[in-house]
Amino acid sequence: MMPVIVPSGDRCLIVEFDASDPFAANRFARAAAACIEAAAPAGVTDVVPALHTVGVHYQPHRVPSSGAVPPHLALTKILQSVLADLPLPAASDARVIDLPVCYGGDCGPDLETVAALCDLRPAQLIELHCAEPVEVLMLGFAPGHPYIGRFDARLAPPRRTTPRTVVPAGSLGLANRQTVIYPMNLPGGWHLIGRTPLPLFDARRGSQPCLLRPGDRVRFVPIEPDEFAAMQAGQGGAP
Amino acid sequence: MSIEVIKPGMLTTFQDLGRAGYQHLGVPVNGAMDERSHRLANLLAGNASTEATLEVTLMGPTLRWHAPATIVICGADLQPSLDDKPIPMCQPVPVAAGAVLAFGRRRSGVRAYLAVHGGFGLTRVMGSASTYVRGGYGGLRGEPLRRGDVIALNDASPTLPRTGKGARAAALPVLPPAVLGAPDAPLRAMAGREWAMFSAKAQRTLVGEPFRIDPQSDRMGYRLAGPALQLGAAREMISEAVGFGTVQVPPDGQPIVLMADRQTTGGYPRIAHVCAVDLPRLAQRMPGETVRFQLIDLAEAQRLMLLQEAAFAAAGEQ
Repeated sequence: MMPVIVPSGDRCLIVEFDASDPFAANRFARAAAACIEAAAPAGVTDVVPALHTVGVHYQPHRVPSSGAVPPHLALTKILQSVLADLPLPAASDARVIDLPVCYGGDCGPDLETVAALCDLRPAQLIELHCAEPVEVLMLGFAPGHPYIGRFDARLAPPRRTTPRTVVPAGSLGLANRQTVIYPMNLPGGWHLIGRTPLPLFDARRGSQPCLLRPGDRVRFVPIEPDEFAAMQAGQGGAP
Repeated sequence: MSIEVIKPGMLTTFQDLGRAGYQHLGVPVNGAMDERSHRLANLLAGNASTEATLEVTLMGPTLRWHAPATIVICGADLQPSLDDKPIPMCQPVPVAAGAVLAFGRRRSGVRAYLAVHGGFGLTRVMGSASTYVRGGYGGLRGEPLRRGDVIALNDASPTLPRTGKGARAAALPVLPPAVLGAPDAPLRAMAGREWAMFSAKAQRTLVGEPFRIDPQSDRMGYRLAGPALQLGAAREMISEAVGFGTVQVPPDGQPIVLMADRQTTGGYPRIAHVCAVDLPRLAQRMPGETVRFQLIDLAEAQRLMLLQEAAFAAAGEQ
């Protein structure tokens, strides 16, 4: 599938895939990002896959360009040739990661509200959330902050009308058939259904600072509050 | 071979050109808010542009030097002095062991950049020494300077080399006026990804009206207050990559210009992007001051940037 490539300011191009099939578009975006990373075009500093686009950050003066062709057009040409005949990658080789989650209570203060919004009982919501492994679609917003989806169509509450100023590290948010996990204390507008004791991001882990990466499949495993406390103590808390 | 922090100042952090190559993990770039002043300071100090400088915000620190050194300060004029004697901006200045560097009241700008010949002794995190305060890493312990901190210095030879690249670096690069822009001139910007989604009135407002810099502005974003910018019709947005200078408009219609500590992805419509060459001017503006925007096209924005880079290259930037 040939993506559309459009500028986003003077130092970024956005590679955009047709989102009519969100899963296919997301896999294309991840495959395109890997393909651009491997080609390493001169001047490109960051390749950022999102749900169905890839942001390509670059330094205009380092893009090889002859005379009158502005760098953004020169790089667009290069990306077009790099991405020609991009195959749709299979999802089968993904890692499956078990992620312990303490649902409800202090860990998930919005569980009852959000269950009511979905016309479910809290236990049903948890069951649907844990039913099967779900894909990490992208990392964004904050270090190691995953967008995980898509869940059962019944798990589609809107975001909160008023965002919280501080969401504790490890909190799981649910909205629009997706879950995010806050890796550190951050402001956030998603309904909070639970919390994981595992650290999502640790800058000391060198080149692999994130627990999850796009393409991983995550299986949520319910744990009790005392298990949560014990595991969190064992981790030394979130970074 | 160290410096002691006697007073930390308001917000003094180590910054470099930023943390490239980790945005796909959600890791912000960080780096100097005014990249041009950071690079000038390093250039004049005979350093590579990748060396970290101290980004000094508004009220500067007081630092005691326990070893002789050569320093350069560029960017905001916060009246730097050595042992109470004023020192010039944008020039290499020798510092004797035991001397105390202090800053006074601001004359212009917001952020000064202090480079030391040879560089500061810092551990890089994910390839960069930039401090990310929200993430708690980079620089010194991931925090701004604190009273009593001791900062290591790299180089045992505090004087600038008289030959080679270091000597060439003693000349200021000649940045064309078209690149620098007058301090109070409108910020040059390009139409954003969602420009066409905004109402005709919002489009006229962005380039016709002044916007006041809100006090809640910081290294992550400059919040601007002005006439609300409305979309033509409400539309669901999907998060994707954003950059330094991206102008996002949340539902309240008040634009936010994303700065050095910006998040990696954003989900609000982007009405515009401030040109790379004009971000240093924005980074030096105070909350309470107003800014205006002027639209230029992408080819012109990149032409200005290539002119700037050619000037830095001609001045021997490493």
